[in-house]
Amino acid sequence: MTLLTTALVTGLGLGAMYGLIALGFQITYSVCSRVNFAQGSMVMLGAVLGYVLTQRAGLSVIVAYPLALAGCGVMGLIVEYLLIRPFAVRGSEAWLMATVAGGILLDNAVLFTFGNEPRSLPSPLVGSTWQIFGTGVYPQQLLIPVVAVGLAVALQILFRRTRQGRALLAVMQNPEAARLMGINTTAMIAGAFALSAMLAGVAGLLIAPLFSVHSDMGTLFGIKAFAVAILGGMTSASGVMLAGFLYGLVEALVTTYLGSSYTYIVVFALLIAVLAVRPNGLFGTAALRKV
Amino acid sequence: MNARRPLSRRTILAAAAALGLASAVPAAADDGPIKIGLVAALSGQSAKSGEAITRGIVLALDKINGAGGVLGRPLELVSRDDESNPGKGLVAARELVQRQEVVALLGGLDTPVSLAIVPFANDAKVPFIGPWAAGTPITKNGAEENYVFRVSAVDEIVDEAITEYLVTKYGAKKPGMILINNPWGESNEKGLLKALEARGMEHAGIEKFESNDVDVTPQLTRLKENGADGLFMVANVAPSAQVVKSLDKMGWDVPIASHWGPAGGRFTELAGPSGEKVHFIQTFLFTDPSHPLFVDLQAKFPEIETLADVTPATGIANAYDATLLLAAAIELAGSTDGPAIREAMYRIKGVEGVIKTYDTPFTPDNQDALGPNDYVLSQFVDGQIIPLKD
Repeated sequence: MTLLTTALVTGLGLGAMYGLIALGFQITYSVCSRVNFAQGSMVMLGAVLGYVLTQRAGLSVIVAYPLALAGCGVMGLIVEYLLIRPFAVRGSEAWLMATVAGGILLDNAVLFTFGNEPRSLPSPLVGSTWQIFGTGVYPQQLLIPVVAVGLAVALQILFRRTRQGRALLAVMQNPEAARLMGINTTAMIAGAFALSAMLAGVAGLLIAPLFSVHSDMGTLFGIKAFAVAILGGMTSASGVMLAGFLYGLVEALVTTYLGSSYTYIVVFALLIAVLAVRPNGLFGTAALRKV
Repeated sequence: MNARRPLSRRTILAAAAALGLASAVPAAADDGPIKIGLVAALSGQSAKSGEAITRGIVLALDKINGAGGVLGRPLELVSRDDESNPGKGLVAARELVQRQEVVALLGGLDTPVSLAIVPFANDAKVPFIGPWAAGTPITKNGAEENYVFRVSAVDEIVDEAITEYLVTKYGAKKPGMILINNPWGESNEKGLLKALEARGMEHAGIEKFESNDVDVTPQLTRLKENGADGLFMVANVAPSAQVVKSLDKMGWDVPIASHWGPAGGRFTELAGPSGEKVHFIQTFLFTDPSHPLFVDLQAKFPEIETLADVTPATGIANAYDATLLLAAAIELAGSTDGPAIREAMYRIKGVEGVIKTYDTPFTPDNQDALGPNDYVLSQFVDGQIIPLKD
């Protein structure tokens, strides 16, 4: 019983993190069929900025965290402007390598400025544990799924109900037509990358107290989140969130019942099997190719 | 058309190249500094370890060169970053030996990197001294002429020591293992199994985890359900902290005997107050800020303010002693020739290091200068590493 509840609680907590980061992939992919492969570094940036602003500059969380997220947003804009756009306008796929390189660059820049020692970002929500069905949980762990699902829902509303959101949807459906209708497509795409980096920043700030803050903390998250985004089908926000939970649960269940030696083998074998049967992911729809 | 030709770009380049060559020549002469090479992680997650090793070597070089150097020549350090990558480490070692003509190599924290350099060092007949990486097969590498020495802990002996500790101090009968998923974890899995087997004991399971795993609860729950009454932990500082946090969350209060990973950083900041419950091996500790080596460290590196800033002191002390031993061997050998230095290593006597005084630290059967009697079980208290009170 403890084994099962532990696996479920751990899996849902981790799954929410993966989903939240993967949402960033989904947004930019929907808008322009490109993603920022430095997404893991954006997670790290959020956590590092949060640490520096609260622990070194002494700002309160209410001021520091929005600033940290703004920093991530700006970095998202920079990534789009320097690493995506120059290649996209030429129809080159080199943005793929450029964003990977950008992530490595950012990780190393942080290593030299922030320092090479992992540090801890305190949070009142990891001070004590709650008991749920015989297993201990930090309140912070429960906050992650709440925030993640909340943000996914908020994004859906934003897309459907606001003018900017509908403009973004229009760009997703048909960039050419959207441009002809007077929508600033370039700004919309840049905005999508900023939003994507900010989501990663939120994930970074939420994970940091459970983890440690260091320059390569985001790498593995970035890779897993990309797997989740693919699994979810890249096209729907709710699909990606669901895929995140599923991935987290399978990972925790395999570790609990088969042992940690099998985690990656089983999880990634399952991922490949799923994609073989459903090439567009579990919840994705095939893109129409007009020739 | 016989106007004087102005200096062409090609001529200038040629002249510059010739000058460059000319200035490079004296460096190869025999009266220049004797170069020793360091291949260690100077960037990435383990960069702190490379910094500690560098500091230890630099302090030792200051001492040696201040007293007139070795064979009348100063010692000079040439460092290369291996980025914790075995391939890069091997390339760097080659470059140091073949291009920089270093007479000996020092290694870093990562066992996989050192293992990659071992065959090269033996082939090239260049002494390779490890001040950190603890993997058993680094020095026990089976080479007929073994050029690899170590001034550090050895996994096999550490595993024996922490097993003895859990058994005698806590009466553990069925301990579990939580090990980092890499060759270092594997090396200790073997060592721990051997130590348990020697006592006819069983274990509650062997669990692995990744260095960037956030939640280790599933692995630990498995060990708990299997009846573990003690834990062996082998991982670097940040992943070790994740183990402690997961234990905290589970509310499982279990004795933990650990390899020296937690010493590599601000462990109690990362792990929280429960980090103090982890007991781990060290080869050296600063217990007093007036220790001569600590005073030297502060003088040389003003950014060091308190004892908490030099975690882990082990890396500094091991590298310091390793450099002194190497210098002593070169002096004894009377030459910078690899085989001569190796042979002189076995004749070292009365070298005063910070860990101990070394009398015949190496023999062809045991190329490890430190043994179980040099280990100190320790813990963090208020962010500082102190010896366990017993």
